[in-house]
Amino acid sequence: MPDFIPAKFCPGCGYPIALTLLKNVLQKNSLLEKAVLGLDIGCNLLAWNFLPISTFQTHHGRVVPTMVGFKRARNNSLSFALVGDGGAYAIGLQSLIHAAKRDEAITVLVINNTVYGMTGGQTAPTTLKGQKTDSHPEGNPDEPLMGPELFKNVVKPGSFLARTAVNEPKQLTEFLEKAIKTQEAGHFSLIEILSFCPTNWKTSGVETIKYLDERLKPVFRLGEINF
Amino acid sequence: MKFWSMSENKNRKFMTGSEVTVQAAFDAGAEMMYGYPITPATEVFTGWIKRGGAYLQTEDEIAAGFAVCGSILAGKKTFSATSGPGHVLIQDALSMAEGMRLPFVLVVGQRGGPSSGTVIYSQQEVILSCFGGNGEGMRFVYSPSSLNELYRLTRKAFNDAWKYRFPAILLTDGYTLKTKGVINLEPLSSQREGRGVSNSQREENIPSYPLVPENKITHWQNIYTFEDDLYYEINSAKEDFHKIAEEIAEAEEYETTDAEILLIAHGIVASSTKDAVDELRKQGVKVGMFRPITLRPYPKKQLDKVCSFHSVKKIIVIESALGQLARITRDQLAPEIDVNFEYLQKPGLGIEMEEIVKCVEDLK
Repeated sequence: MPDFIPAKFCPGCGYPIALTLLKNVLQKNSLLEKAVLGLDIGCNLLAWNFLPISTFQTHHGRVVPTMVGFKRARNNSLSFALVGDGGAYAIGLQSLIHAAKRDEAITVLVINNTVYGMTGGQTAPTTLKGQKTDSHPEGNPDEPLMGPELFKNVVKPGSFLARTAVNEPKQLTEFLEKAIKTQEAGHFSLIEILSFCPTNWKTSGVETIKYLDERLKPVFRLGEINF
Repeated sequence: MKFWSMSENKNRKFMTGSEVTVQAAFDAGAEMMYGYPITPATEVFTGWIKRGGAYLQTEDEIAAGFAVCGSILAGKKTFSATSGPGHVLIQDALSMAEGMRLPFVLVVGQRGGPSSGTVIYSQQEVILSCFGGNGEGMRFVYSPSSLNELYRLTRKAFNDAWKYRFPAILLTDGYTLKTKGVINLEPLSSQREGRGVSNSQREENIPSYPLVPENKITHWQNIYTFEDDLYYEINSAKEDFHKIAEEIAEAEEYETTDAEILLIAHGIVASSTKDAVDELRKQGVKVGMFRPITLRPYPKKQLDKVCSFHSVKKIIVIESALGQLARITRDQLAPEIDVNFEYLQKPGLGIEMEEIVKCVEDLK
Protein backbone atom coordinates (compact mmCIF):
# COMPACT_ATOMS: atom_id res chain seq x y z
CA MET A 1 0.00 0.00 0.00
CA PRO A 2 1.36 3.45 -0.85
CA ASP A 3 1.99 5.65 2.18
CA PHE A 4 -0.42 8.32 1.11
CA ILE A 5 -3.68 7.84 -0.78
CA PRO A 6 -5.51 11.09 -1.42
CA ALA A 7 -8.96 10.91 0.16
CA LYS A 8 -11.92 11.16 -2.18
CA PHE A 9 -14.07 12.55 0.61
CA CYS A 10 -15.12 16.23 0.55
CA PRO A 11 -12.84 18.65 2.37
CA GLY A 12 -14.09 18.78 5.96
CA CYS A 13 -15.93 15.43 5.81
CA GLY A 14 -16.06 13.44 9.02
CA TYR A 15 -15.47 10.01 7.40
CA PRO A 16 -11.65 10.21 7.20
CA ILE A 17 -11.53 11.15 10.90
CA ALA A 18 -13.67 8.19 11.96
CA LEU A 19 -11.80 5.82 9.66
CA THR A 20 -8.36 6.96 10.78
CA LEU A 21 -9.33 6.55 14.44
CA LEU A 22 -10.61 3.04 13.60
CA LYS A 23 -7.32 2.25 11.90
CA ASN A 24 -5.37 3.53 14.91
CA VAL A 25 -7.32 1.33 17.33
CA LEU A 26 -6.85 -1.74 15.13
CA GLN A 27 -3.18 -1.01 14.62
CA LYS A 28 -2.58 -0.50 18.33
CA ASN A 29 -4.14 -3.87 19.06
CA SER A 30 -2.52 -5.66 16.08
CA LEU A 31 -5.90 -6.38 14.55
CA LEU A 32 -5.46 -4.92 11.05
CA GLU A 33 -5.20 -8.32 9.38
CA LYS A 34 -8.08 -9.85 11.28
CA ALA A 35 -10.38 -6.92 10.49
CA VAL A 36 -12.73 -6.89 7.50
CA LEU A 37 -14.62 -3.74 6.58
CA GLY A 38 -17.90 -3.92 4.69
CA LEU A 39 -19.25 -0.72 3.13
CA ASP A 40 -22.74 0.40 2.23
CA ILE A 41 -23.47 2.84 -0.60
CA GLY A 42 -23.27 6.59 -0.14
CA CYS A 43 -20.23 8.52 0.97
CA ASN A 44 -18.86 5.52 2.88
CA LEU A 45 -18.26 3.70 -0.42
CA LEU A 46 -15.33 6.04 -0.93
CA ALA A 47 -13.53 4.15 1.83
CA TRP A 48 -13.14 1.08 -0.38
CA ASN A 49 -9.38 1.49 -0.78
CA PHE A 50 -8.70 3.91 2.05
CA LEU A 51 -7.45 1.74 4.89
CA PRO A 52 -4.93 -1.11 5.21
CA ILE A 53 -7.86 -3.42 5.97
CA SER A 54 -9.63 -5.84 3.60
CA THR A 55 -12.59 -3.78 2.41
CA PHE A 56 -15.47 -4.39 0.03
CA GLN A 57 -18.56 -2.50 -1.08
CA THR A 58 -22.03 -4.01 -0.94
CA HIS A 59 -25.41 -2.48 -1.83
CA HIS A 60 -27.35 0.34 -0.18
CA GLY A 61 -28.81 -0.86 3.09
CA ARG A 62 -27.27 -4.31 2.62
CA VAL A 63 -23.91 -4.12 4.38
CA VAL A 64 -25.32 -5.47 7.64
CA PRO A 65 -26.72 -8.75 6.23
CA THR A 66 -23.57 -9.17 4.14
CA MET A 67 -21.37 -8.89 7.25
CA VAL A 68 -23.75 -11.22 9.13
CA GLY A 69 -23.01 -13.79 6.41
CA PHE A 70 -19.31 -13.04 6.37
CA LYS A 71 -18.88 -13.35 10.14
CA ARG A 72 -20.90 -16.57 10.30
CA ALA A 73 -18.61 -18.07 7.66
CA ARG A 74 -15.40 -16.69 9.18
CA ASN A 75 -15.98 -16.49 12.89
CA ASN A 76 -12.42 -15.47 13.75
CA SER A 77 -12.66 -12.28 11.67
CA LEU A 78 -13.35 -8.87 13.16
CA SER A 79 -16.31 -7.85 11.00
CA PHE A 80 -17.22 -4.19 10.66
CA ALA A 81 -20.18 -2.73 8.80
CA LEU A 82 -19.67 0.94 7.89
CA VAL A 83 -22.93 2.64 6.98
CA GLY A 84 -24.54 6.08 6.85
CA ASP A 85 -27.69 7.15 8.64
CA GLY A 86 -29.76 6.40 5.52
CA GLY A 87 -28.29 2.95 4.92
CA ALA A 88 -28.66 2.09 8.60
CA TYR A 89 -31.97 3.66 9.59
CA ALA A 90 -33.96 3.77 6.35
CA ILE A 91 -33.34 1.18 3.65
CA GLY A 92 -31.30 -1.08 5.94
CA LEU A 93 -33.25 -0.68 9.17
CA GLN A 94 -35.06 -4.01 8.88
CA SER A 95 -31.82 -5.94 8.64
CA LEU A 96 -30.17 -3.89 11.37
CA ILE A 97 -32.98 -4.53 13.86
CA HIS A 98 -32.87 -8.25 13.13
CA ALA A 99 -29.09 -8.45 13.38
CA ALA A 100 -29.36 -6.75 16.78
CA LYS A 101 -32.21 -9.05 17.80
CA ARG A 102 -30.21 -12.14 16.88
CA ASP A 103 -27.14 -10.75 18.66
CA GLU A 104 -25.00 -11.16 15.53
CA ALA A 105 -21.35 -10.71 16.49
CA ILE A 106 -20.60 -7.82 14.16
CA THR A 107 -19.75 -4.16 14.82
CA VAL A 108 -21.90 -1.61 13.03
CA LEU A 109 -20.52 1.93 12.67
CA VAL A 110 -23.29 4.36 11.74
CA ILE A 111 -21.96 7.68 10.45
CA ASN A 112 -24.74 10.15 11.19
CA ASN A 113 -24.58 13.49 9.39
CA THR A 114 -28.39 13.89 9.21
CA VAL A 115 -28.51 13.90 5.39
CA TYR A 116 -28.10 11.72 2.32
CA GLY A 117 -24.77 13.28 1.44
CA MET A 118 -23.67 11.61 -1.79
CA THR A 119 -26.94 12.38 -3.59
CA GLY A 120 -26.99 16.06 -2.60
CA GLY A 121 -28.40 16.38 0.91
CA GLN A 122 -31.88 14.85 0.91
CA THR A 123 -33.82 14.15 4.09
CA ALA A 124 -32.59 11.22 6.15
CA PRO A 125 -34.13 9.41 9.11
CA THR A 126 -31.96 11.55 11.40
CA THR A 127 -32.71 14.90 9.77
CA LEU A 128 -33.77 17.40 12.44
CA LYS A 129 -37.30 18.73 12.45
CA GLY A 130 -37.36 21.96 10.45
CA GLN A 131 -33.98 21.26 8.84
CA LYS A 132 -34.03 22.39 5.23
CA THR A 133 -32.90 19.68 2.83
CA ASP A 134 -32.93 18.93 -0.87
CA SER A 135 -36.14 16.89 -0.52
CA HIS A 136 -37.73 19.21 2.07
CA PRO A 137 -36.78 22.71 0.95
CA GLU A 138 -39.42 24.15 3.29
CA GLY A 139 -38.06 22.17 6.22
CA ASN A 140 -38.36 18.54 7.37
CA PRO A 141 -41.76 17.95 8.99
CA ASP A 142 -40.65 14.90 11.00
CA GLU A 143 -38.69 14.28 14.19
CA PRO A 144 -35.39 12.41 13.79
CA LEU A 145 -34.99 8.73 14.61
CA MET A 146 -32.86 7.83 17.63
CA GLY A 147 -31.18 4.65 16.42
CA PRO A 148 -29.26 3.29 19.42
CA GLU A 149 -32.22 4.13 21.66
CA LEU A 150 -34.43 2.05 19.39
CA PHE A 151 -32.10 -0.94 19.41
CA LYS A 152 -31.79 -1.00 23.17
CA ASN A 153 -35.24 -2.59 23.19
CA VAL A 154 -34.06 -5.38 20.96
CA VAL A 155 -30.46 -6.27 21.89
CA LYS A 156 -29.38 -9.05 24.21
CA PRO A 157 -27.22 -8.79 27.34
CA GLY A 158 -23.56 -8.46 26.41
CA SER A 159 -24.25 -6.15 23.44
CA PHE A 160 -22.80 -2.65 23.21
CA LEU A 161 -24.67 0.44 22.00
CA ALA A 162 -23.24 3.95 22.05
CA ARG A 163 -23.16 7.32 20.37
CA THR A 164 -20.19 9.61 19.96
CA ALA A 165 -18.90 12.19 17.45
CA VAL A 166 -15.94 12.66 15.11
CA ASN A 167 -14.77 15.58 17.25
CA GLU A 168 -14.65 13.37 20.37
CA PRO A 169 -11.58 11.28 19.49
CA LYS A 170 -10.96 10.01 23.02
CA GLN A 171 -14.53 8.82 23.42
CA LEU A 172 -14.67 7.38 19.90
CA THR A 173 -11.46 5.44 20.53
CA GLU A 174 -12.77 4.14 23.86
CA PHE A 175 -16.05 3.05 22.28
CA LEU A 176 -14.27 1.33 19.39
CA GLU A 177 -12.18 -0.67 21.83
CA LYS A 178 -15.29 -1.63 23.77
CA ALA A 179 -17.07 -2.63 20.56
CA ILE A 180 -14.16 -4.84 19.51
CA LYS A 181 -14.18 -6.57 22.90
CA THR A 182 -17.93 -7.03 22.54
CA GLN A 183 -17.51 -8.71 19.16
CA GLU A 184 -14.72 -10.90 20.47
CA ALA A 185 -17.07 -12.00 23.25
CA GLY A 186 -19.62 -12.96 20.57
CA HIS A 187 -22.10 -10.10 20.84
CA PHE A 188 -23.60 -7.30 18.75
CA SER A 189 -22.17 -3.79 18.87
CA LEU A 190 -23.24 -0.51 17.28
CA ILE A 191 -21.71 2.94 17.54
CA GLU A 192 -23.48 5.92 16.02
CA ILE A 193 -20.90 8.57 15.18
CA LEU A 194 -22.08 12.14 14.62
CA SER A 195 -20.17 13.46 11.65
CA PHE A 196 -19.51 16.56 9.54
CA CYS A 197 -21.04 17.27 6.15
CA PRO A 198 -20.05 20.86 5.29
CA THR A 199 -21.00 20.32 1.65
CA ASN A 200 -24.66 19.70 2.41
CA TRP A 201 -24.90 21.68 5.65
CA LYS A 202 -23.52 24.59 3.59
CA THR A 203 -21.10 25.51 6.33
CA SER A 204 -17.42 26.27 6.13
CA GLY A 205 -14.48 26.02 8.50
CA VAL A 206 -15.37 26.47 12.14
CA GLU A 207 -19.09 26.80 11.29
CA THR A 208 -19.13 23.08 10.57
CA ILE A 209 -17.86 22.18 14.02
CA LYS A 210 -20.29 24.65 15.59
CA TYR A 211 -23.15 23.11 13.61
CA LEU A 212 -22.39 19.67 14.96
CA ASP A 213 -21.81 20.86 18.53
CA GLU A 214 -24.78 23.23 18.75
CA ARG A 215 -27.43 21.57 16.60
CA LEU A 216 -26.70 17.84 16.65
CA LYS A 217 -25.24 17.12 20.08
CA PRO A 218 -28.23 18.50 22.05
CA VAL A 219 -30.55 16.20 20.08
CA PHE A 220 -28.36 13.10 19.68
CA ARG A 221 -27.00 12.49 23.18
CA LEU A 222 -23.45 11.14 23.41
CA GLY A 223 -22.51 8.24 25.61
CA GLU A 224 -23.16 4.57 26.13
CA ILE A 225 -26.77 3.45 25.87
CA ASN A 226 -27.77 1.52 28.96
CA PHE A 227 -30.30 -1.28 28.79
CA MET B 1 -43.49 -52.14 -17.13
CA LYS B 2 -39.83 -52.10 -16.24
CA PHE B 3 -38.48 -54.79 -14.00
CA TRP B 4 -35.79 -53.77 -11.54
CA SER B 5 -32.98 -56.09 -10.54
CA MET B 6 -32.41 -56.84 -6.87
CA SER B 7 -29.49 -54.43 -6.47
CA GLU B 8 -31.30 -51.71 -8.38
CA ASN B 9 -34.23 -52.10 -5.98
CA LYS B 10 -31.97 -51.36 -3.03
CA ASN B 11 -30.73 -48.11 -4.57
CA ARG B 12 -34.13 -46.79 -5.59
CA LYS B 13 -35.50 -43.98 -3.51
CA PHE B 14 -38.89 -42.29 -3.54
CA MET B 15 -38.09 -38.61 -3.06
CA THR B 16 -39.54 -35.18 -3.69
CA GLY B 17 -37.64 -32.72 -5.85
CA SER B 18 -36.84 -30.72 -2.72
CA GLU B 19 -35.29 -33.78 -1.08
CA VAL B 20 -33.26 -34.50 -4.22
CA THR B 21 -32.06 -30.89 -4.32
CA VAL B 22 -30.97 -31.02 -0.68
CA GLN B 23 -29.14 -34.31 -1.28
CA ALA B 24 -27.37 -32.80 -4.28
CA ALA B 25 -26.40 -29.71 -2.30
CA PHE B 26 -24.85 -31.82 0.45
CA ASP B 27 -23.06 -33.99 -2.10
CA ALA B 28 -21.80 -30.85 -3.83
CA GLY B 29 -20.11 -29.76 -0.59
CA ALA B 30 -22.48 -26.90 0.20
CA GLU B 31 -21.76 -25.61 3.68
CA MET B 32 -24.32 -22.91 4.45
CA MET B 33 -27.79 -21.91 3.48
CA TYR B 34 -29.76 -18.74 4.05
CA GLY B 35 -33.47 -18.70 3.39
CA TYR B 36 -36.91 -17.32 3.93
CA PRO B 37 -40.02 -19.47 3.78
CA ILE B 38 -41.89 -19.21 0.47
CA THR B 39 -44.09 -21.73 -1.30
CA PRO B 40 -43.11 -23.89 -3.17
CA ALA B 41 -39.43 -23.69 -2.18
CA THR B 42 -39.76 -23.82 1.62
CA GLU B 43 -39.00 -27.54 1.84
CA VAL B 44 -35.59 -27.09 0.23
CA PHE B 45 -34.77 -24.87 3.20
CA THR B 46 -36.42 -26.97 5.90
CA GLY B 47 -35.03 -30.14 4.31
CA TRP B 48 -31.52 -28.72 4.55
CA ILE B 49 -32.16 -27.79 8.17
CA LYS B 50 -33.52 -31.26 9.05
CA ARG B 51 -30.37 -32.81 7.57
CA GLY B 52 -28.24 -30.69 9.91
CA GLY B 53 -26.86 -28.14 7.44
CA ALA B 54 -25.63 -24.78 8.81
CA TYR B 55 -28.28 -22.14 8.15
CA LEU B 56 -29.95 -18.92 9.15
CA GLN B 57 -33.55 -17.96 8.51
CA THR B 58 -33.33 -14.27 7.71
CA GLU B 59 -35.89 -11.48 7.99
CA ASP B 60 -36.50 -11.44 4.24
CA GLU B 61 -35.05 -12.66 0.95
CA ILE B 62 -32.98 -9.52 0.57
CA ALA B 63 -31.07 -10.33 3.75
CA ALA B 64 -30.86 -13.99 2.73
CA GLY B 65 -29.29 -13.05 -0.59
CA PHE B 66 -26.73 -10.69 0.91
CA ALA B 67 -25.87 -13.12 3.70
CA VAL B 68 -25.16 -15.68 0.95
CA CYS B 69 -22.82 -13.14 -0.66
CA GLY B 70 -21.12 -12.49 2.69
CA SER B 71 -20.50 -16.16 3.41
CA ILE B 72 -19.20 -16.68 -0.12
CA LEU B 73 -16.79 -13.76 0.27
CA ALA B 74 -15.50 -15.48 3.40
CA GLY B 75 -15.03 -18.71 1.41
CA LYS B 76 -17.95 -21.02 2.15
CA LYS B 77 -20.12 -22.77 -0.44
CA THR B 78 -23.44 -21.10 0.25
CA PHE B 79 -26.84 -21.12 -1.43
CA SER B 80 -30.47 -20.18 -1.10
CA ALA B 81 -33.84 -21.30 -2.47
CA THR B 82 -36.79 -19.14 -3.36
CA SER B 83 -39.68 -18.44 -5.72
CA GLY B 84 -41.72 -15.65 -7.31
CA PRO B 85 -41.81 -12.54 -5.11
CA GLY B 86 -38.84 -13.84 -3.12
CA HIS B 87 -36.93 -14.32 -6.35
CA VAL B 88 -37.63 -10.70 -7.25
CA LEU B 89 -36.02 -9.60 -3.97
CA ILE B 90 -33.02 -11.92 -4.25
CA GLN B 91 -32.13 -10.42 -7.61
CA ASP B 92 -30.76 -7.42 -5.67
CA ALA B 93 -28.09 -9.70 -4.17
CA LEU B 94 -27.72 -11.66 -7.42
CA SER B 95 -26.96 -8.39 -9.13
CA MET B 96 -24.10 -7.80 -6.71
CA ALA B 97 -22.96 -11.39 -7.27
CA GLU B 98 -22.98 -10.76 -11.00
CA GLY B 99 -21.00 -7.54 -10.62
CA MET B 100 -18.45 -9.04 -8.24
CA ARG B 101 -18.30 -12.49 -9.84
CA LEU B 102 -19.52 -14.31 -6.76
CA PRO B 103 -20.41 -18.04 -7.05
CA PHE B 104 -23.95 -17.57 -5.74
CA VAL B 105 -26.07 -20.72 -6.19
CA LEU B 106 -29.82 -20.20 -6.14
CA VAL B 107 -32.59 -22.78 -6.41
CA VAL B 108 -35.73 -21.26 -7.92
CA GLY B 109 -39.01 -23.15 -7.75
CA GLN B 110 -41.14 -21.21 -10.22
CA ARG B 111 -44.67 -20.30 -9.23
CA GLY B 112 -47.31 -18.25 -11.04
CA GLY B 113 -46.64 -14.58 -11.58
CA PRO B 114 -46.71 -11.66 -11.69
CA SER B 115 -47.19 -10.54 -8.09
CA SER B 116 -48.17 -13.25 -5.63
CA GLY B 117 -49.74 -15.12 -8.57
CA THR B 118 -50.11 -18.74 -7.59
CA VAL B 119 -48.02 -20.84 -5.24
CA ILE B 120 -47.08 -24.02 -7.07
CA TYR B 121 -46.25 -23.84 -10.73
CA SER B 122 -45.24 -21.89 -13.78
CA GLN B 123 -42.31 -21.38 -16.12
CA GLN B 124 -42.58 -17.63 -15.73
CA GLU B 125 -39.27 -16.87 -14.06
CA VAL B 126 -37.10 -17.66 -17.07
CA ILE B 127 -36.38 -14.03 -17.97
CA LEU B 128 -35.95 -13.06 -14.31
CA SER B 129 -33.44 -15.89 -13.87
CA CYS B 130 -31.55 -15.20 -17.08
CA PHE B 131 -31.61 -11.40 -17.00
CA GLY B 132 -32.76 -10.28 -13.55
CA GLY B 133 -31.21 -7.35 -11.78
CA ASN B 134 -29.63 -4.37 -13.47
CA GLY B 135 -26.94 -6.27 -15.34
CA GLU B 136 -26.33 -8.18 -18.53
CA GLY B 137 -27.38 -11.71 -17.66
CA MET B 138 -23.93 -13.01 -16.77
CA ARG B 139 -25.20 -15.98 -14.84
CA PHE B 140 -25.80 -19.67 -15.49
CA VAL B 141 -29.34 -21.01 -15.59
CA TYR B 142 -30.10 -24.75 -15.63
CA SER B 143 -33.53 -26.26 -16.29
CA PRO B 144 -33.86 -29.93 -15.26
CA SER B 145 -36.52 -32.11 -16.79
CA SER B 146 -36.37 -35.07 -14.39
CA LEU B 147 -35.33 -35.87 -10.84
CA ASN B 148 -32.06 -37.36 -12.04
CA GLU B 149 -31.34 -34.18 -13.93
CA LEU B 150 -32.33 -32.08 -10.94
CA TYR B 151 -29.65 -33.88 -8.93
CA ARG B 152 -27.02 -33.68 -11.65
CA LEU B 153 -27.63 -30.03 -12.51
CA THR B 154 -27.60 -28.95 -8.86
CA ARG B 155 -24.15 -30.53 -8.55
CA LYS B 156 -23.18 -28.83 -11.81
CA ALA B 157 -24.45 -25.45 -10.59
CA PHE B 158 -22.10 -25.51 -7.60
CA ASN B 159 -19.17 -26.68 -9.68
CA ASP B 160 -19.66 -24.22 -12.53
CA ALA B 161 -20.24 -21.33 -10.11
CA TRP B 162 -17.03 -21.95 -8.18
CA LYS B 163 -14.94 -22.86 -11.20
CA TYR B 164 -15.96 -19.93 -13.39
CA ARG B 165 -17.11 -17.36 -10.79
CA PHE B 166 -20.59 -16.57 -12.08
CA PRO B 167 -23.88 -16.91 -10.18
CA ALA B 168 -25.77 -20.10 -11.02
CA ILE B 169 -29.53 -20.65 -10.88
CA LEU B 170 -31.11 -24.09 -10.73
CA LEU B 171 -34.49 -23.28 -12.31
CA THR B 172 -37.24 -25.72 -11.46
CA ASP B 173 -40.86 -25.45 -10.35
CA GLY B 174 -43.23 -26.38 -7.54
CA TYR B 175 -44.53 -29.53 -9.22
CA THR B 176 -41.02 -30.91 -9.45
CA LEU B 177 -40.11 -29.84 -5.92
CA LYS B 178 -43.22 -31.20 -4.25
CA THR B 179 -43.97 -34.38 -6.20
CA LYS B 180 -42.39 -37.64 -5.16
CA GLY B 181 -40.73 -39.69 -7.82
CA VAL B 182 -38.41 -42.61 -8.14
CA ILE B 183 -34.75 -41.77 -8.36
CA ASN B 184 -31.74 -44.00 -8.39
CA LEU B 185 -28.78 -42.04 -7.09
CA GLU B 186 -26.42 -44.95 -7.66
CA PRO B 187 -25.83 -46.34 -11.13
CA LEU B 188 -26.78 -50.03 -11.48
CA SER B 189 -23.19 -51.06 -11.99
CA SER B 190 -21.65 -49.07 -9.13
CA GLN B 191 -19.27 -50.84 -6.81
CA ARG B 192 -20.56 -50.44 -3.30
CA GLU B 193 -17.66 -49.25 -1.20
CA GLY B 194 -17.61 -49.64 2.57
CA ARG B 195 -19.35 -46.32 3.21
CA GLY B 196 -21.90 -46.81 0.47
CA VAL B 197 -21.03 -43.63 -1.36
CA SER B 198 -22.55 -43.51 -4.84
CA ASN B 199 -20.59 -42.90 -8.01
CA SER B 200 -22.50 -39.67 -8.43
CA GLN B 201 -21.67 -38.70 -4.89
CA ARG B 202 -18.01 -39.48 -5.53
CA GLU B 203 -17.98 -37.07 -8.46
CA GLU B 204 -15.35 -34.40 -8.07
CA ASN B 205 -16.40 -31.16 -6.40
CA ILE B 206 -14.73 -27.91 -7.34
CA PRO B 207 -13.47 -26.65 -3.97
CA SER B 208 -14.52 -23.32 -2.50
CA TYR B 209 -11.90 -20.80 -1.36
CA PRO B 210 -11.92 -17.46 0.46
CA LEU B 211 -12.58 -14.74 -2.10
CA VAL B 212 -11.44 -12.29 0.55
CA PRO B 213 -8.18 -13.99 1.51
CA GLU B 214 -7.25 -14.24 5.17
CA ASN B 215 -3.60 -13.34 4.86
CA LYS B 216 -3.74 -10.57 2.29
CA ILE B 217 -5.43 -7.18 2.26
CA THR B 218 -7.85 -6.74 -0.65
CA HIS B 219 -9.91 -3.75 -1.69
CA TRP B 220 -12.99 -4.56 -3.71
CA GLN B 221 -15.43 -2.24 -5.39
CA ASN B 222 -18.67 -2.82 -7.27
CA ILE B 223 -19.21 0.87 -8.09
CA TYR B 224 -16.82 2.75 -10.34
CA THR B 225 -16.02 6.44 -10.57
CA PHE B 226 -15.36 6.26 -14.27
CA GLU B 227 -17.64 4.69 -16.86
CA ASP B 228 -14.58 3.32 -18.64
CA ASP B 229 -13.72 1.22 -15.58
CA LEU B 230 -17.18 -0.38 -15.56
CA TYR B 231 -16.95 -0.92 -19.30
CA TYR B 232 -13.68 -2.76 -18.82
CA GLU B 233 -15.13 -4.96 -16.06
CA ILE B 234 -18.19 -5.89 -18.09
CA ASN B 235 -16.20 -6.74 -21.19
CA SER B 236 -13.83 -8.83 -19.12
CA ALA B 237 -16.78 -10.78 -17.69
CA LYS B 238 -18.34 -11.08 -21.14
CA GLU B 239 -15.15 -12.56 -22.57
CA ASP B 240 -14.97 -15.10 -19.77
CA PHE B 241 -18.65 -15.95 -20.16
CA HIS B 242 -18.43 -16.48 -23.90
CA LYS B 243 -15.25 -18.50 -23.61
CA ILE B 244 -16.92 -21.05 -21.38
CA ALA B 245 -20.41 -20.89 -22.90
CA GLU B 246 -19.83 -23.74 -25.34
CA GLU B 247 -18.29 -25.87 -22.61
CA ILE B 248 -21.23 -25.41 -20.29
CA ALA B 249 -24.19 -25.24 -22.65
CA GLU B 250 -26.28 -28.41 -22.84
CA ALA B 251 -29.26 -29.49 -24.88
CA GLU B 252 -31.19 -32.65 -25.66
CA GLU B 253 -32.18 -33.51 -29.22
CA TYR B 254 -34.98 -36.04 -29.46
CA GLU B 255 -36.05 -37.48 -32.81
CA THR B 256 -34.79 -34.37 -34.60
CA THR B 257 -32.82 -35.69 -37.56
CA ASP B 258 -35.76 -35.98 -39.97
CA ALA B 259 -38.19 -33.78 -38.06
CA GLU B 260 -40.43 -31.47 -40.07
CA ILE B 261 -41.99 -29.98 -36.98
CA LEU B 262 -39.61 -29.09 -34.18
CA LEU B 263 -40.98 -28.71 -30.66
CA ILE B 264 -38.92 -26.60 -28.26
CA ALA B 265 -39.61 -26.95 -24.54
CA HIS B 266 -37.68 -27.00 -21.25
CA GLY B 267 -38.04 -28.36 -17.72
CA ILE B 268 -41.11 -30.34 -16.78
CA VAL B 269 -42.97 -29.33 -19.94
CA ALA B 270 -40.32 -31.14 -21.95
CA SER B 271 -41.39 -34.40 -20.33
CA SER B 272 -44.90 -34.03 -21.73
CA THR B 273 -43.42 -32.85 -25.00
CA LYS B 274 -41.28 -35.98 -25.30
CA ASP B 275 -44.35 -38.14 -24.74
CA ALA B 276 -46.17 -36.10 -27.37
CA VAL B 277 -43.35 -36.71 -29.85
CA ASP B 278 -43.63 -40.46 -29.23
CA GLU B 279 -47.41 -40.36 -29.69
CA LEU B 280 -47.21 -38.26 -32.87
CA ARG B 281 -44.46 -40.43 -34.33
CA LYS B 282 -46.76 -43.44 -33.86
CA GLN B 283 -49.20 -41.57 -36.07
CA GLY B 284 -46.47 -41.01 -38.60
CA VAL B 285 -45.94 -37.33 -37.93
CA LYS B 286 -42.31 -36.30 -38.42
CA VAL B 287 -41.90 -34.37 -35.22
CA GLY B 288 -38.93 -33.95 -32.91
CA MET B 289 -38.00 -32.08 -29.75
CA PHE B 290 -35.16 -29.70 -28.98
CA ARG B 291 -34.72 -29.20 -25.24
CA PRO B 292 -32.35 -26.56 -23.90
CA ILE B 293 -30.94 -27.86 -20.60
CA THR B 294 -28.96 -24.70 -19.92
CA LEU B 295 -31.10 -21.63 -20.61
CA ARG B 296 -28.12 -19.41 -20.02
CA PRO B 297 -25.79 -19.83 -21.79
CA TYR B 298 -28.31 -20.99 -24.34
CA PRO B 299 -27.14 -24.05 -26.34
CA LYS B 300 -26.98 -21.89 -29.42
CA LYS B 301 -24.70 -24.11 -31.48
CA GLN B 302 -27.01 -27.10 -31.08
CA LEU B 303 -30.07 -24.95 -31.75
CA ASP B 304 -28.70 -23.54 -35.00
CA LYS B 305 -27.69 -27.01 -36.13
CA VAL B 306 -31.08 -28.57 -35.46
CA CYS B 307 -33.06 -25.67 -36.90
CA SER B 308 -31.08 -25.68 -40.10
CA PHE B 309 -31.86 -29.33 -40.87
CA HIS B 310 -33.51 -29.17 -44.30
CA SER B 311 -36.49 -31.07 -43.04
CA VAL B 312 -37.56 -28.49 -40.42
CA LYS B 313 -40.48 -26.45 -41.69
CA LYS B 314 -42.06 -25.28 -38.46
CA ILE B 315 -40.98 -24.69 -34.87
CA ILE B 316 -43.45 -24.71 -31.97
CA VAL B 317 -42.19 -23.28 -28.68
CA ILE B 318 -44.14 -24.79 -25.78
CA GLU B 319 -44.06 -23.24 -22.29
CA SER B 320 -46.08 -22.42 -19.19
CA ALA B 321 -45.40 -18.72 -19.71
CA LEU B 322 -46.20 -16.00 -22.22
CA GLY B 323 -43.20 -16.36 -24.47
CA GLN B 324 -40.21 -16.30 -22.12
CA LEU B 325 -38.62 -19.42 -23.59
CA ALA B 326 -39.64 -18.23 -27.04
CA ARG B 327 -37.92 -14.90 -26.50
CA ILE B 328 -34.56 -16.34 -25.49
CA THR B 329 -34.76 -18.98 -28.24
CA ARG B 330 -35.49 -16.49 -31.01
CA ASP B 331 -32.78 -14.20 -29.66
CA GLN B 332 -30.20 -16.95 -29.98
CA LEU B 333 -31.27 -18.41 -33.31
CA ALA B 334 -28.92 -17.43 -36.11
CA PRO B 335 -30.63 -14.68 -38.14
CA GLU B 336 -30.05 -16.41 -41.47
CA ILE B 337 -32.14 -19.39 -40.36
CA ASP B 338 -35.64 -18.68 -41.58
CA VAL B 339 -38.20 -21.04 -40.09
CA ASN B 340 -41.84 -20.47 -39.26
CA PHE B 341 -42.43 -20.07 -35.49
CA GLU B 342 -45.62 -21.03 -33.67
CA TYR B 343 -46.29 -20.93 -29.95
CA LEU B 344 -48.16 -22.95 -27.34
CA GLN B 345 -48.19 -20.64 -24.31
CA LYS B 346 -50.07 -21.41 -21.11
CA PRO B 347 -48.78 -19.06 -18.42
CA GLY B 348 -48.97 -20.72 -15.01
CA LEU B 349 -50.71 -23.86 -16.24
CA GLY B 350 -49.31 -27.35 -16.68
CA ILE B 351 -49.21 -28.64 -20.24
CA GLU B 352 -50.16 -32.24 -20.87
CA MET B 353 -49.17 -34.56 -23.66
CA GLU B 354 -52.65 -34.57 -25.20
CA GLU B 355 -52.71 -30.78 -25.53
CA ILE B 356 -49.38 -30.78 -27.31
CA VAL B 357 -50.51 -33.55 -29.66
CA LYS B 358 -53.68 -31.60 -30.48
CA CYS B 359 -51.71 -28.39 -30.99
CA VAL B 360 -49.38 -30.07 -33.46
CA GLU B 361 -52.28 -31.69 -35.28
CA ASP B 362 -54.08 -28.33 -35.52
CA LEU B 363 -51.00 -26.52 -36.77
CA LYS B 364 -49.87 -29.18 -39.24
